[in-house]
Amino acid sequence: MKAGIVGYGAEVPILRIKTEEIARAWKKDGVKIATGLGVKEKAVASFDEDSCTLAVGAARKAVLDFGLNAQKIGAVYVGSESHPYAVKPTASIVSDAIEAGPELMAADLEFACKAGTAGVQMNLGFVEARMIEYGLAIGTDTAQGRPNDALEFTAGSGAGAIIVGDKRNEIIATCEDTYSFTTDTPDFWRRPKEDFPMHAGRFTGEPAYFKHVLSASRGILEKTSYKTKDFDHVVFHQPNAKFPLKAGKILGFEREKFEAGLMCPTIGNTYSGATMVGLCAVLDVAKPGERILAVSYGSGAGSDAFIFKTTKNIEKKRGKIAVKEMIKEKQYIDYAEYIKHRKKLKSL
Amino acid sequence: MTTGFPPLLWRRFPERYTLAGNKCETCGTSYFPARKVCPNCRRRGKLVDESMPRKGKIVSWTQCFVGPTGFEHETPYFVAIIELENKVRLLAQLVDSDEKKVKTGACVEKVFRKINDADKSGPIAYGYKFKIVG
Repeated sequence: MKAGIVGYGAEVPILRIKTEEIARAWKKDGVKIATGLGVKEKAVASFDEDSCTLAVGAARKAVLDFGLNAQKIGAVYVGSESHPYAVKPTASIVSDAIEAGPELMAADLEFACKAGTAGVQMNLGFVEARMIEYGLAIGTDTAQGRPNDALEFTAGSGAGAIIVGDKRNEIIATCEDTYSFTTDTPDFWRRPKEDFPMHAGRFTGEPAYFKHVLSASRGILEKTSYKTKDFDHVVFHQPNAKFPLKAGKILGFEREKFEAGLMCPTIGNTYSGATMVGLCAVLDVAKPGERILAVSYGSGAGSDAFIFKTTKNIEKKRGKIAVKEMIKEKQYIDYAEYIKHRKKLKSL
Repeated sequence: MTTGFPPLLWRRFPERYTLAGNKCETCGTSYFPARKVCPNCRRRGKLVDESMPRKGKIVSWTQCFVGPTGFEHETPYFVAIIELENKVRLLAQLVDSDEKKVKTGACVEKVFRKINDADKSGPIAYGYKFKIVG
């Protein structure tokens, strides 16, 4: 493939709530839960943030930090399961806000937590086919978790944006291949007009997350004949810190290869943003010539796997503020402020 | 106007999303919101579209403890007069900023936020707010 990543950006809200604080409200053992999930705190969107504002923040960084001309973006795809409108695209708001429009393709995507990477695949196809010069894909979510549900401890907020192009002097990571694995698996869903998603408890593990992430990883390794030792960094979808590390261990990846892209312990599960934000964090630190395996997972269910190889351009082209540096700026809130900001009170 | 009839909202999208204003090429003065006529040059003025810079400094600020309808749940919040890098001044809400850092002269940067979505069945009003940087 000639196409690759030419720009990236992540946006994470400033507000944080600790796992122990959520547990305190429900009289649960916070230390045990935080240790079990490997998530000590999560990012919380404030009352004036939503998937759209986070998407705009991430997209602006991807354009401005990499000196790209937004007017040359030919496609904008926004993947989320918390689009602010049921009918009215987020993508059109994002494209106008970053001054990319009006001559472009745009659509909102939904595939639980993997709609962002689905957009990257679409853009890779368009760029390879020379139908567009640049394609912007964003994975963004202000994840919903029902109060006192297991998801409430991890459901975070954040967005990751990836711009794909094919100019050799601009590509920071070439896409060597992509592969997807999809089955009809009802492990997690949200029906229309419902405020919170439902999930099938332990069923979200083996037959859902692990089956798809492992199958997509094995599929792309077989397709490309690469071995686990050929990779320097691995990013898997991260609903908690335990799942991606366990999947990596099954495949034979060393734990250190997950370090750069494992964001879940400090910002929670950012759903559609999770793999994208993790990939941005890896690109912040990757050296030229390193190979990255990125595998998303969306309930319902499917996984998109990508192999990226960084180029020498990455030495000069990175996000102005590294993702792991950006998330150090934070303000802690208590559970009462959390339900106010997330509008979990009926009167809000 | 933050809510209401969609066309009224829509006309202000460029101003709200990208700080779209204009500049008089005759005298070099920038305007936000955009002016129809340059008050300095009158008929000799030539106004061209210009997006305002994203960064500026706080000239003056206040904290609101009683918000108007639609903003009553956001209190207390900061509102500031901001002077952008091209000397244009505008009024905006401050967000994500440590209370101790809110002071005259503080550097700020534009962020994209929801201005108002109090009408649950109406269009969401997005626009600019500022956050303190550095």
